[in-house]
Amino acid sequence: MSVLVYTESSEGKFKKAAYEVTSYGKKVAEQLGTNLVVLAINSDDPAALYAYGAEKVLNIANDSLNTFNAKVYADIIKQAAEKEQAQVVIVESSSNSLYLAPIVAVNLNAGYTNNVVTLPSSTAPFVVKRKAFSNKAFNNTEIHSDIKVLSLAKNSFGLVENNVSGSTEDFSPLIIESGLTSESVERTTGKVTIADADIVVSGGRGLKGPENWGIVEELAEVLGAATACSKPVSDLGWRPHSEHVGQTGKPVASNLYIAIGISGAIQHLAGVNSSKVKVVINTDPEAPFFKAADYGIVGDAFEVVPKLIEKLKEFKANNS
Amino acid sequence: MKILVCISHVPDTTSKINFTENDSKFDSNGVQYVINPYDEFALTRAMWFKEKQGASVTVVNVGNASTEPTLRKALAIGADDAIRVNTEATDGLSVAKELAEVVKNGGYDLVLAGKESIDYNGGMVPGMLATLLDFNFVNACIGLEVDGDKATIAREIDGGKETLSCNLPLVIAGQKGMVEEKDLRIPNMRGIMMARKKPLNVVAPVGANAVTTTVSFEKPAAKAACKLVDAEHVEELIDLLHNEAKVI
Ligand SMILES: Cc1cc2nc3c(=O)[nH]c(=O)nc-3n(C[C@H](O)[C@H](O)[C@H](O)COP(=O)(O)OP(=O)(O)OC[C@H]3O[C@@H](n4cnc5c(N)ncnc54)[C@H](O)[C@@H]3O)c2cc1C
Ligand SMILES: Nc1ncnc2c1ncn2[C@@H]1O[C@H](COP(=O)(O)O)[C@@H](O)[C@H]1O
Repeated sequence: MSVLVYTESSEGKFKKAAYEVTSYGKKVAEQLGTNLVVLAINSDDPAALYAYGAEKVLNIANDSLNTFNAKVYADIIKQAAEKEQAQVVIVESSSNSLYLAPIVAVNLNAGYTNNVVTLPSSTAPFVVKRKAFSNKAFNNTEIHSDIKVLSLAKNSFGLVENNVSGSTEDFSPLIIESGLTSESVERTTGKVTIADADIVVSGGRGLKGPENWGIVEELAEVLGAATACSKPVSDLGWRPHSEHVGQTGKPVASNLYIAIGISGAIQHLAGVNSSKVKVVINTDPEAPFFKAADYGIVGDAFEVVPKLIEKLKEFKANNS
Repeated sequence: MKILVCISHVPDTTSKINFTENDSKFDSNGVQYVINPYDEFALTRAMWFKEKQGASVTVVNVGNASTEPTLRKALAIGADDAIRVNTEATDGLSVAKELAEVVKNGGYDLVLAGKESIDYNGGMVPGMLATLLDFNFVNACIGLEVDGDKATIAREIDGGKETLSCNLPLVIAGQKGMVEEKDLRIPNMRGIMMARKKPLNVVAPVGANAVTTTVSFEKPAAKAACKLVDAEHVEELIDLLHNEAKVI
C-alpha cells in the first residue's frame, strides 16, 4: 500500500506546486497509515522533495520524455501506481496534470476528482472537499472505488515542511506509443504565467484601451506578478486570450489578485475568488468588486496606479 | 466525417447557487439552464466543419427529460440530430461510459466536448471517454483543423501553446480559441422552427455505475467587509498588504 504523488518539473526544476502536492500527499499517507512515494520525471534534484515528506522518490531519467505526452505519462503513472500498490494517486492542477488525470483514472479503474482543497475528512469512506460551481460553492465528494485519483487545487494546501531521510530509486517504465505527435511548443518567454504566479495584476474595460496597459505591466513587473484581464478586454483584442480570467477563462488562485478597472461581474469573480487576497481599484464605489475584495481604493486608475508603482518601488528598495 | 458534440446542460453563469434538502441537492428553483459555455465553442466549430467540409453533426446529452430544451437549442444552432441518454448524470466516469456506447453505436470519428462543465467543474468526461474508446485525446483545445483523417490541434499549456497532430478518431475538450467569441452562434427564428422537426432520439442507458457521489454541498464562508484606502494615501495599501495580509 502507498500514496503516489506525481510531481512536475520544468527543465529539471520543480515548481512550488510540486512541493505543495508532496506536502499534501504526505499528510494523506499519514491519515491512511501508509507510505508516500513520489514520482518525478527528468528532475535534476529529486532529493529536494525529501524536505516535504517524500520518503521514497521514483526517479525517471529518459530523454524521450522531455516532451510531455498525456497518454504516455498517464501510462507511466499507472505503472508506478501498480508497482507501489498505490491506493491514492495525487497530481497537481497544472494544464498537463489536468490533461492526464482522467486518463490515469480510467487506466486504474479509479474514481477521480479534481479541485480538491482539503485533506480527506474521512478515509473510510473516502471523502474530500472540492470546489464546484466555478468557485461559488464546494462539494464533499465520496470516492467509492478501491483506487482514488485526486488533483489538488493550486495554493489550497500550501507547503508543509516535513524533513524525512528519503531515498531515490531509479525507475525505468515501459514507454508506450501514443499516436499523438507534438509538432511545436511556443512559450511566452520571460513572463510569469498566471498558473504559477503568486501575484496577478488584472485590467478591465475601465482602462479604456490597449495603449493604456503600460501601467498594468509596470505594476506587475514591480511585484513580480503575472498580467491578466477581464473577458471583454480579450474579446476586444486589447489583450491576448491567454490573459482572460474568470468563469470561462483561466482560474486564478494566487496569493494576491489586483483588479484595476474591473467591475466585478459574477462571471469574473467566480474565476478569481480563490485568490487569498483581492484588491480592487475602481472609480465607482458601487462596483460589485468592492463586495468581494479585501482591500479597495475608490479612484481613477490613471492616477492611483502610477502612485502605487512609485510607492512600491520605494518599498521594494527599503525592504530588500 | 461524423461528428458528435457532447453537450452538458448547466445553470446560466449568472445563477445564484443554492442548495436544498439539508445541503444535499442543488436548488434548481428559478435557475435558467444553458448549453455549457465551453461546449458552445465546440458546437460552433462543428458547424464550421459541417458547412465547409460536409460533416454531419449529432449532439448528445446524458440526462433526464429536463435537458431536452438545451438539446433543442443545439439543434436550432444547426446540429442535424440529437441523442439523449435517458439517465441522471451522476458522475463523470458513468457519463463517459454512457457516451462511449453512443460513440460506438454511431461510428463517430470526431467527438467534441468542452474542457469542463461549469456546474461541477469535473474536467474529466472527455479524457475518460477517449481512454475508454482508445481514441486520441487533446485537452484544452484552442484550435482544430481536420484534413481527411489527419487532425492538427493547438492546446493551451501554462504560459503558451502546443501544436499536436494525430489521426482520427479523436476526442477534443475545447474552450475559447477553438472559435472566437464573436463567431459563437445563437439560434435564429428559422433555426428554432427547423429544430422542432429534427430528430431527438431518446436511448436507454447501459446503466454504468457511479464511482463518486456528492455527500453534501457547502457555500463559502461570508467575507469580511472590504477595507478602503484613500486614493491620496496608496502607501497605506502597501502597508496593509505587507503587514496585515502578508502577501508582499
Ligand atoms: C456566459 C458568460 C461568461 C462570462 N465569463 C466571463 C469571464 O470568464 N471573465 C470575465 O471577466 N467576464 C466574463 N463575462 C463577462 C462579465 O459578465 C462582464 O461583462 C465582464 O467581466 C466585465 O468586464 P469589465 O469589468 O472589464 O468591464 P465593465 O463591466 O465595463 O467595467 C469596467 C469598470 O471599470 C471602472 N472604471 C472606469 N473607468 C475607470 C478608471 N479610470 N479607473 C478605474 N476604474 C474605472 C468602471 O467603474 C467599471 O466598474 C461573462 C459573461 C457571460 C455572459
Ligand atoms: N451529462 C453529460 N452529457 C453530455 N456531455 C457531457 C455531460 N457531462 C459532461 N459532458 C461533456 O464533458 C465536458 C466536460 O465535463 P465535465 O467532465 O463534467 O467537467 C462537457 O463540457 C461536455 O462536453
